[in-house]
Formats: sequence, C-alpha cells, structure tokens
Amino acid sequence: MHVESGSQGATLPQRVALLHRQLPARLEAPEEKLVMTFPHLIVREVIAMEILLIVLGLVSLFYDAPLESLANPNKTPNPAKAPWYFLGLQELLHYFPPVVAGVLIPALVVIALIIIPYFRVNFERDSLWSQRRPARLYGLSGGVLLLILFLAWFRVWAALAPTALIGLLMISIFPSRERGLWGFLIHRTAWARFFTGVHAGLAGLSLAAWIMSWFITLAVILTVVGTLFRGPGWSFVWPWQL
Amino acid sequence: MNVLELKERVVATPVWRSIFRHRYLDSNRNRALTVFSNVFLHIHPVKVPEKSLRLRHTMCLGGLSFALFLALTVTGVLLMFYYRPAIPQAYRDMKELEFVVTSGALLRNLHRWAAHAMVLFVFLHMARVFYSGAYRPPREFNWVVGVLLLILSLLLSYTGYLLPWDQLAFWAITVGTNMAEAAPLIGPKFKFLLLGGNVIGENALVRFYVLHCVVLPLAAAVLLAVHFWRVRKDGGVRPL
Repeated sequence: MHVESGSQGATLPQRVALLHRQLPARLEAPEEKLVMTFPHLIVREVIAMEILLIVLGLVSLFYDAPLESLANPNKTPNPAKAPWYFLGLQELLHYFPPVVAGVLIPALVVIALIIIPYFRVNFERDSLWSQRRPARLYGLSGGVLLLILFLAWFRVWAALAPTALIGLLMISIFPSRERGLWGFLIHRTAWARFFTGVHAGLAGLSLAAWIMSWFITLAVILTVVGTLFRGPGWSFVWPWQL
Repeated sequence: MNVLELKERVVATPVWRSIFRHRYLDSNRNRALTVFSNVFLHIHPVKVPEKSLRLRHTMCLGGLSFALFLALTVTGVLLMFYYRPAIPQAYRDMKELEFVVTSGALLRNLHRWAAHAMVLFVFLHMARVFYSGAYRPPREFNWVVGVLLLILSLLLSYTGYLLPWDQLAFWAITVGTNMAEAAPLIGPKFKFLLLGGNVIGENALVRFYVLHCVVLPLAAAVLLAVHFWRVRKDGGVRPL
C-alpha cells in the first residue's frame, strides 16, 4: 500500500490513493493541453462572426441585390438561367438529356456523399501509390480513359479537360526510377528540386482525396462556365459580352 | 452613491441573481459556469483542446455557416413585415423596399448576399470536413445530417429566389422546376405538387413562400440542433 499526499498539506485537502501492487501507479497524462472554452473559444467565435457581419454589411452597402422587371411568363429571357449554384447542372443539361443532368447526376452525387463514411472511404488515408501499385495503375488508367471517352462522346469539353489533367497528374506522380536524360531532368536539375515539394504534396494524397478534388474542380469549372461563359441559346460567350 | 456602488447594489438584488447565476469575477469556476450555466453556450464543453483553437483546424466554416443562418433569420423576419406573397404585390413590395422603406434596400441586400454566402460556406465546410477526415466513426451519421443540411441550404436559397417575382426569379424557377420534371414517374406529379398547378403562378408563389419562411427553416433548425449536439457528443476533431 502506498499513501500519497499533496505538498501543501495544510491548505489543500488530503488525497489518499489506494493502489494495488500490480496496478501501474501512474495514470497516463492527458495527451492534449486543454484550455477554458470561455474565454478562449467563445472570444474567437465572436470575432469570426463580427468579421463576417462587417464584410457582409460592407458588401450590402455597396452592391445592390438584382431586381429586374415584373415577371412576365410570355417573355422568355435568352438565356434563362437557374440560380448560380445550379448552373453547373444546367451546363450539364446542355450535353445530356434532362433525366441524366437534372435527376441522375444530382441523385448520384447525393448518394455518393452520404455513403462516404459507411464504405470506409479514405479512413486509412494511404497515399495513392502506397500499395497494389500495378493494379492501381492499370485500374486508374482504364477508368480515366473510359471517363474521357464518355465525356468526349457527349462533347463535354469543359469537364473533359480538367478530368484529363487530373488523371495525368495522378499517373505522373507514379513512383519510378528514371534513368538517362529524362531521369537527370526530373531528379537532378533545379527545376526538379523546385517541384519536389509539390510532388511530395501530391504523392501524399489518397485515392478518395483525388476523387473529391476532381469532383470539386469539375463542379467549380462547370458552375463558372454556366455563369460567366454562356449567352443566348447557351452559346459560348466571353464574360464581358454577357 | 457612485457608479460602482450602484453596480454592487444591483448585482446583489434577488432579481439580478435570479437571472445571472454567478459573478463575472475571473476565476476558473466562473469561466466554467459561463459555459455550462448558459443554454446557448453549453453546447460547448467547459474545456477544449488548445490545438482545436487554431484557425486552420476548422477554418470557422461551420460556425460561420450558422452565423449566416442566424443573420438570414433576423433579416428574413424583418423582410416578412414588408412582403406579401401575391401577384403583383410581391414585386411592388420589392420596389417599396428599395424606394420607400427606411434602409429597405440594405435589408434586402443583406438577406440576398448572406444567402449566397451561406450556400458557399456550407459547401466549403463540407469540403473541409472531408479533407480533414472528420466524418470517420463515430461521426458517420453527423456527416449524413450535414449532407441533408447542405441540401436544405440549397432548397432554402432556391425557394427564396422566386419571392421577388421579377423576371430573374420567374425564369430561374422555371428552369429549375423543368429539371425536376425530368425525373421518371414522379417528376410531373412532383412539379404539380410544388407549383400548386402546371405553371408558376400565385399558388407557386404562396407555396414557395411557406416553404421558404416556415417549413424549411424549421427543418433546418431541427437538423442544426441534431448536428451540433452530435458534434458535442461524438467529440471534437483530432488534428491529423
């Protein structure tokens, strides 16, 4: 038996700890340092909200919400556009039949998002080429190629270009030992050293992180194209021609 | 009697003490009480890991989405005082807000830009949660609640889009409902239910108004409560 007492026995209440001989005497110290929520967290939250409200107030003072003429069902504007966050879908409507662009794709996106945690997506977060390299290389190349062919068939150039770019990027970080002139260029030159950091960052990404980044890139590009680059009859225009 | 004495007297009254359970004196006990004796703050634990205070830990995106929801509720309620969901009164009320109501244009601007910002922030919040792996067990279900809240944010913004009843509103909703109509089997029925008819008219305006001002905000408030409660119960995000 072991009796432990605080150093300031006169002021602090005494603590008597009864420890069995086989138990470890020291409890494990908490791993993280804790701070009081008030004020440390609350003050930060209040500051963040105030900055947001100030920015929102300034924007609202200087930029007016749009208001066009009274709704007229007989006068269709050209082009008629949905709210900006649906313009990615409306852009897809230009390439695919409505049931695909308006129903199938959004439904698949929602289902894909919901099942992420239930299919153990990205739990281990191993980097793309950390294991099963040849299988992944063939699978990925095949998948990207099929996707590109599919997008080319429907002429979705705005989605094809970033898909091809991201696919090339994924395959280009495949670890390999290059020799000869090419090896010298990618391993020994200042150019190579400059990009080593970027390469390391990309090589650390997991397959799921690549897919999510691909999805976000596509969503952003399609939304921007639909918002800024589409004019009468959904034809391509420059933003300043709108 | 000077101000400090007055303050001491007020603070000592039974009325004051019935409202505020503890003094403001800076002690750890009072700091703890500030959080857990307050209905709004007790969603937080009394102590948090110092690491989770870092800005890049959450980028404040979830909290700011909620702040925008609150700002939208306040400005939305104020807008309801000036708005009638009828044709053509709805459009006239927009003009009244712009030219007659004191700070009416500012009020509408705040609501509009906050709505756009909320859609953006909720999406960015989702991306942050994905990249930081914060959806992993035991938080799987909260991720699903979050996806539902993203959809609700879009629907809230979308139903509000029709209310000004201008050309922009009318045709944006036309495009959107035509897309929903493409759904096999239920599409046309769903469109009829949503619009209260086959075309966008006054029935559609009233339905969008009720959805926008009552149904969807209530649904969002309930899901937000579940979302926050789950964040608290499932524990904070550990930095990776």
